[in-house]
Parts: sequence; C-alpha cells; structure tokens
Amino acid sequence: MSFLRKQDIILAGVGGQGILSMAFVIDSAALQDGLHVKQAEVHGMAQRGGAVTSHLRLSRERIWSDQIPRGEADLILSVEPLEALRYLDFLKPGGRVVTSSTPFVNIPDYPDQAGLVARIKALPGSVIVDSEALAKQAGSSRTQNTVMLGAAAKFLLPGEARLKDFVRVLFERRGEKILEANLRAFEAGKQAAA
Amino acid sequence: MPKEILLGDEAVALGAVQAGLSGAYSYPGTPASEIMEYLIRVSDGGRAFHAAWSVNEKTAFEEALGCSFSGKRAFVSFKHVGLNVAADPFMSAALTGTQGGFIVCSADDPGMHSSQNEQDSRFYAQFAQIPCFEPADHQEAYDMTREAYDLSERLGLPVMVRLTTRLSHSRAGVETRPARPQNPLHRGARECWTLLPSNARVRFKRVLEMQAELVGYAEASPFNRLTLNARDRRLGIIASGLGYNYVMENFPEEPSRPSILKISTYPLPEALIRRLVANVETVLVVEEGFPLIEKALRGMYGIPGKMIIGKLGGELPLQGELTPESVRAAVGLAPLERQSAEGFPLADRPPQLCVGCPHADTFKALKAALAGQPEAVIFSDIGCYTLGYFPPHNAVDSCVCMGASVGMAHGAAMAGLHPSVGVIGDSTFGHSGITALLSAAAADARMVLVILDNGTVAMTGTQPSFSTGRRLLDVVGGLGIPKEHIRVITPLPKFHEDNARVFREEIAHPGLSVIVAVRECLEEAKKKNKSGGAQ
Repeated sequence: MSFLRKQDIILAGVGGQGILSMAFVIDSAALQDGLHVKQAEVHGMAQRGGAVTSHLRLSRERIWSDQIPRGEADLILSVEPLEALRYLDFLKPGGRVVTSSTPFVNIPDYPDQAGLVARIKALPGSVIVDSEALAKQAGSSRTQNTVMLGAAAKFLLPGEARLKDFVRVLFERRGEKILEANLRAFEAGKQAAA
Repeated sequence: MPKEILLGDEAVALGAVQAGLSGAYSYPGTPASEIMEYLIRVSDGGRAFHAAWSVNEKTAFEEALGCSFSGKRAFVSFKHVGLNVAADPFMSAALTGTQGGFIVCSADDPGMHSSQNEQDSRFYAQFAQIPCFEPADHQEAYDMTREAYDLSERLGLPVMVRLTTRLSHSRAGVETRPARPQNPLHRGARECWTLLPSNARVRFKRVLEMQAELVGYAEASPFNRLTLNARDRRLGIIASGLGYNYVMENFPEEPSRPSILKISTYPLPEALIRRLVANVETVLVVEEGFPLIEKALRGMYGIPGKMIIGKLGGELPLQGELTPESVRAAVGLAPLERQSAEGFPLADRPPQLCVGCPHADTFKALKAALAGQPEAVIFSDIGCYTLGYFPPHNAVDSCVCMGASVGMAHGAAMAGLHPSVGVIGDSTFGHSGITALLSAAAADARMVLVILDNGTVAMTGTQPSFSTGRRLLDVVGGLGIPKEHIRVITPLPKFHEDNARVFREEIAHPGLSVIVAVRECLEEAKKKNKSGGAQ
C-alpha cells in the first residue's frame, strides 16, 4: 500500500485491551518508513474499562490536526465489535473496518451480538476475526491486540515486516514466551484475514 | 538534528530538561501526569536534576519557587484545577519575580475527559499579568518551553506554558537541540522576596510597568505569525493553540487560505491583531477553552464596521473542545461525506471500577450499613472511587474538588444531616483532607470519614501516595481523634459482614470517627508484578 500518501486510522477497544501497544507498533513502523506521524491517545479516567480510541495519522506530508476529522479515516481497527461501530462516522466512504468479533461485555445494555456482527458484515470490505480463539491458540488470550494487528497488516501503510519488527521490540522485554505468543498471534491474525 | 517521538507532555518536559532544568515538582492529574512521569524517568534517580511528586500543587509550586529563589531553573506542572490549589503562591510569585527561570505548566481539559470542570489557564496568566505560551504542536511545545525559560530569566517573571488534553496526549516527532547547562546557585534579594506591604507595592508596580514590554515581546515573537491573503478580504482568522491546527486542516492548500493570525503568546500581540482586522471584513476567532481573545476583540462595543464571530457569536461551541468538524462548519465549509451507524443502538461504555477493586467492597459494606436510612449522605472526592456513583454501587452523592468530602461531611453534619459520611482516597486525603479533618476533629463533628487506603494515586496511573499505611494512621491519630474511633478494615468480600458492622457502630457514634479501608489497588499490584500481553 506504499503508493498511498497518507493514512488515517482509528484504533478502538476497551480500556486495558492494549490499544496503545497497537498504536506504538504502527507509528514506530511508519517512522522507520520515513512518514510523519501523529497519534492521539486517551489517558486517565476512560482507561478504567471505558471506551478507548487512538487516532493515528500517517502521512508523507505535514499533519495538522491531532484528531482525525469525521469522514477522513481510511481504516477503523478495533479489538471489540461494538467499539468498531462506535466511530463509524469517522470513516470515509470506501473506508474499511477491521475488527474482532469477540465482544467485551461490561455494560448491562450491550446490544444483540448477532445483530452487531451482521451490521459490521454489511459494511463493504469489512474484515471480522475471532481474536479470542486465535489468541488462545497462539498461547495467550492477552494477545488479541496483536491478532488484530496481523489481521490489518495488509491494509496498513507501513510494511508487514516493519510491523513485525516492532511487535518484537514491544514484547522482547516481556520474555521469550510472551514474545513467541505475540508473533504467533500476529501470523494467526494475518492468515484469518487473508 | 535528532528527532524523538514524544507526547505533548513529554515535549514540554524535554524542553525544560534541555533548557537547564534543576528542580521540577508536580501532583498527578490528567492530562498533566505524563510530564512528571517523563521527568522522573530521565532524571537518573535525581543525579541529573531533581524531579519529584509533591503532596499537592500548592506545595509543588512553593518547592519550585524555592528552587527559582536559589537561582536555578525551576518547573512546576499540574492539571488546570491544580492551579486553583496553587493559586495563592502563583499570584504572589508574579510579585516576587524569579531568580532562576520558572515555568508554570498548566494542562487544561476542555471537554472534561477526566475532570470535574472546564477552565482556561490563560485567564490565570492574564490575572497574574505574566506571559503565557500556548503551543499548537509538539515541536512548539519543546521550542516554547526553552524560549519561556530565557524569557523568564530576562524579565524576572514566572512564565506559563498552557497545554490542552489533545496536545498533552498526542505523540509526534520533535527535533531537539543541544542541552544548556544548569545555572549556578545565586540566591534572590530579600527586598524582592519578602512581600511585606512596603516591598509588595514596589514589586506590584514593577509588574504593572512591564506590561507594555510584554505586549512588545508578543508582537515581535516569531511564534505569533500573521499571513495576509491580499486577494480575498472577506474572512480573517485568529487562531490559537490547537485551534490553529484545525483551521489549517480545513485549508490544506495555500491559495484558498484566508488571512490567518496564529497567536501563541500572551499578552496579546495587539499590533498584529490590528493589522489582521484592518485587512478583513469578518474576523473568526478560533481558540481552545474560553473566548479570551474573542472577548478582548469585542469589548463592550465591538469594532465598528467589522463582524467578529466565534464562540460568543455561536459559530463555535462555548462548551467542550474544538474539533476539526466544528471549525470546518465555522469557516463555512460543507461537512465531509462519512459513513454512519445511525439506527444501531451504540450503548455507552462509561469507565468503571476494575473487577475486584477494593473500593467496590468498601462501598458494598458501607451501603449495607446505611440500609434503611434514606437520609444518609455519602460525600465523595476525586479519584477512582468517584466511579462508585454509577450502578451497581450508587454510593456517591457528591464530588466537587480535592478534599471536599471531609469539609462537606463536616458542614452537613453541623447542619443536622445524619448519617453524614465522607469518602476519600489516601492520596487525596494527604493532598487536601488533613486540614479539613483537623477542623472536624476539633469540633468532634458527628460524621464518619472513610479513608480508602489503596496505597497509590490510581486514576492517573499509580503514582506514589505520601499518606498511606503507617504514616496515614499516624497522621489521623495525631489529629486528636480518640483511638477507639479510628478503625481499620480490610475490604474483601469475605469480611463483608464484619466491615458492615464496623460501619454501623461508628455511624451510631455521636462524634467523629475515621474508618481506614486498607487494600492494595489492583493496578498497582499488576504494575509490581508485570507480565502478559496487553499493556
């Protein structure tokens, strides 16, 4: 996808799902590719199990706004299906949703899950991946964020090899076992989205 | 030049470090916490410079002021409401002036992402009549902080750097410059720093007489940029801080851009504003926070023959933060086409207490003890436990400011309300609860104060607490509260009945009781024992 001059990505999930780790991998890879990067994050109160997003802007030219304007996002990458839909008004016509199908139910009025998945499937080009099952197969249910990175890899401006490099950088310091599980998770996500 | 990816908060911190910082102080608060976290990280355990959390913002400010008095470059940072706590020394520091350069970094939270109100710290700078820098991006956050130190030392005044949430918590590349060495010790003169009326009058006169010089600085500063469009005089835009980015986002191509004055330093660059206004028919003011610039422009009578639009005119919202969309509408452009999830029930997902959080067990026992007493009131405070407002806890009747739970429970008890219960975290108690509890102890007020001792400042990312464990109990005991009415419980489900009984006993006591609920925060425990995938 390197012919693209810019890419605006909404990362979405629930506090604690590792959204900022995903952002770290993508923006570090983009920097290595010589792109400008701006990455807006949510800290503080919302991180306590609330809806969390990161606005990630990659461009060959100067980036102005830290927030992606509604209607500018090329991609919504979400670790949770309800959170994928929450930011749909940021997505441009023709933009893509890549999301986990694994619901994170910590609210009483969580919508009907079948209807939720059907709504996402109806979006042209959407990719839905069972991140929980794939993460468990990879060796740790906590690697769902890395599964989703793998699932989105072919749509991202930075190359897949670079992304994998920074998955390595991120998890190396957590020990061999966790690193291996995350590398397997990345591959599993990639295969599932193929 | 080396380029680093930094949060806006970190860009300010690194700018301070490389400007020759010697002492930095802060109290945690979103969106400013990451400034001090970064400073502590790079301080090499205090060998490079001194960087430390303080017990509250007033103390932090005074510690930094002492550092400046010594001739060294000093730094204090906090969230906007922290400046309320530090307002007393802040206002007078304009009079003492500075010996070593002194930066006050206040991070505003428009939209109240993680705050109890909206404030605009620029008004505080105006109030104290000191200069203020308002960066629009990370590079400016770094550059302006370095410039602010030079300006502070040149003028002998504290200088404010104002941040807002979106810049504080966004990351981008920053080009850095070689570091300047720290200042040698060089103490301040007693006649400047002793604000007896006879000295203070002289010092205040000095501040007043400097104002024209400050405006002159703003007019000459390269951070304030006027770009006139001679072909199209219909609209001119005055934009400050992040507002400037949103304007530029909507006019990426230079030829279509209206005349723009970017304002990044205060007091306002009056000559530049006059030049812009003279060149256009309508002036749109785009500023993050309250309409400070717009009000100055409008005055009481406006500018004859000119339209001034912005927040006061309703073209931009008065409440909440600016967005690329709100600015787009204000400049008269049609909204971008976009997708929509309209019709789908997007249930809100508010923040909540972690599963297994000790606060949940405390609230459950407290509510059990208060069952059947609908007149009971629980005054809460600032911290994770404010989330006890939401179901299933429904255990919080108020949250106002740091420490308010104690004074409000005391005041309500004196008004005749019973049971009157205050709930406060250990760090918030150290911050602003101790003095209020001393007051309640002296009056032996008929109230119960519950101190939730989880050993950390949890909401802002588990920074250290000063008033936890043994020291907390010693402080409470030292205020003169009878020992038998200082009770300690362990908030765990298996002790629910015992804990509810302790609450019932102390609520029945006709004087002041303090119940300390001691159990470590889960986030803190996780940090100590970090492993696993997500972070």
